[in-house]
Amino acid sequence: MKKLLIALMTTTAALSMAASAQAADKLKACWVYTGPIGDFGYSYQHDQGRLEVEKALGDKVETAYLENVSEGPDADRAFERLAREGCKIIFGTSFGFMDAEVKVAKKFPKVMFEHATGYKTGDNLGIYNARFYEGRYVLGQIAAKESKSGVAGYIVSFPIPEVVMGINSFMLGAQSINPNFKAKIVWVNSWFDPGKEADAAKALFDQGADIIVQHTDSTAALQVAEERKLHGFGQSSDMIKFAPNAQLTSLTDEWGPYYISRVQAAIDGTWKPDNVWLGIKDGAVKLAPYTNMPADVKAMAEATEKKIAGGWNPFTGPIAKQDGSAWLKDGEVADDGTLLGMNFYVKGVDDKLPQ
Amino acid sequence: MDITVNILLTIATAATPLLIAAIGELVVERSGVLNLGVEGMMIMGAVAGFGAGYLTGSPWIGLLAAIAMGALFSLLFAVMTLSLATNQVATGLSLTLLGLGLSGMMGTSFVGQPGVRLPNLDIPGLSSIPIVGKLIFGQDPIFYISIALTAAVTWFLFKTRTGLTLRSIGDSHTSAHALGIKVIRYRYLAVIFGGACAGLAGGHLSLVYTPQWVENMSAGRGWIALALVVFASWRPWRVLAGAYIFGAVWIGQLHAQAFGIPVPSQMLSSLPYLATVVVLVLISRNKRLTMMNTPASLGQPFVPDR
Repeated sequence: MKKLLIALMTTTAALSMAASAQAADKLKACWVYTGPIGDFGYSYQHDQGRLEVEKALGDKVETAYLENVSEGPDADRAFERLAREGCKIIFGTSFGFMDAEVKVAKKFPKVMFEHATGYKTGDNLGIYNARFYEGRYVLGQIAAKESKSGVAGYIVSFPIPEVVMGINSFMLGAQSINPNFKAKIVWVNSWFDPGKEADAAKALFDQGADIIVQHTDSTAALQVAEERKLHGFGQSSDMIKFAPNAQLTSLTDEWGPYYISRVQAAIDGTWKPDNVWLGIKDGAVKLAPYTNMPADVKAMAEATEKKIAGGWNPFTGPIAKQDGSAWLKDGEVADDGTLLGMNFYVKGVDDKLPQ
Repeated sequence: MDITVNILLTIATAATPLLIAAIGELVVERSGVLNLGVEGMMIMGAVAGFGAGYLTGSPWIGLLAAIAMGALFSLLFAVMTLSLATNQVATGLSLTLLGLGLSGMMGTSFVGQPGVRLPNLDIPGLSSIPIVGKLIFGQDPIFYISIALTAAVTWFLFKTRTGLTLRSIGDSHTSAHALGIKVIRYRYLAVIFGGACAGLAGGHLSLVYTPQWVENMSAGRGWIALALVVFASWRPWRVLAGAYIFGAVWIGQLHAQAFGIPVPSQMLSSLPYLATVVVLVLISRNKRLTMMNTPASLGQPFVPDR
């Protein structure tokens, strides 16, 4: 009996040693999300990117993640824990993780850090972001073509530059088709409250909008559009299953290719902190298949998408600010710094920006 | 005219889950138990309702599952606080935390799946009468349940002997116990009723309001229901008034924004909370009546001395 036990113990020990030897060959890549991965929106899409890394790099990589990490002091602990647990590359996916990552990155100079949507970098801290506004320009054009009332309903979360940039780009797109196009804007002051988003969509439809756009994360608004037999656009992920007759297209985030290239670089030892702002041409911003629209509108949307992929910026002058004062001269292109700090509307937006 | 009807319908949808959860909690608190786990029971009801509806294809089975899950989850609270006499506040809070986490885990495979929706009532002839047809005969089934529930609970609490007994337990469990009333048994039933109501409210979220499952979809509605009970001074029809005032201002502020009224949106967003509190405080400003309505032994654990 004793012998058997010893034999068993040695086998387990040998096995576990083999397992850890194998693990040592693997690079550990880790993610920190601010929301639950079950939000079917922003954090969900980042996690899809993580799964793509696992799939593409197979047994060369091991991944881990922490979800529901609140922005603030909690984030420090989350990053530090991952760094101590042997993560070699860590992606922080929310704006509010910025200072925590800067701090922890200094403490762990051998660990590679990446931060999404921020602006602070370091010796071992790179930043990355996506140009969602490029896609919103296309949405604006489709909305102007498809809307009968000439009014879109726009559900938004918080007045941060990212969101303001999106509204402006959408309006520029819409005005390029119909100069009198209007958007009714409702702030729900939440990234994620399905009930409130549905209520906002109903209110907007009741007031004459016939197309819904959102910069919030749930599928609720599209479901209302489906019920009312009207149209709308999805957000973050392809929501066609929720609104097979209502979704025109969806503005989706594809982080997979970026994550794969960065983790691969980390494995190869060629990783360097970078500052990238990926757009349609990089495949990070994607428009889900165009549905529920006539062929000519689809062709127009595809052409615009191609034009943007070719390097054209929706924020190319002449563009005036909301009060009519000039912002960009003819042919002038907005620089990234202005866009990332955008706190004003362009001409034609029918709303007062909450400050 | 159409827009008015639509707005009223939207208000009813927004108010219904609050009303149901609050009515359930009202009965619990009338029995002298404070269950702060409404949010947790609600989200558990939502995930069970969505899951059962999604897997069987029947929203009605989903509805039953939501109610059953809410009741079952509240049983956990009942065992802890009533049989083991733990602190009600702490147990209620942990019930909410547990519910939020557990529902997220249970719902992993439901994320991104379209669910089933409970059909609206449709009575041939009646439902197509202009204006009143849709409002009275064309809403979702849970709306009717919520109104009936309010009436039934009012009748039960104030017109039946059992209701009187329940209220007396809430006012003084020791006296009730001395009279030979089975305090713990009454409270068990009250807590389970409250759980079933919270579960039903959750089912309304995932089967009517927004037929989908996403983590944390109750988004704080359980807490609003809890507040409604207190501000309505434990009177069922005031709870109904509170829920509808909240719903009306909630929807109203969205319309105000869409209409382009130049008021900061943060201000508008806080209006429903402010308005509801102000109105309910005004309704129940009679101090003597409020004292009478407040269950005197609310939140105090009771251990029968054999």
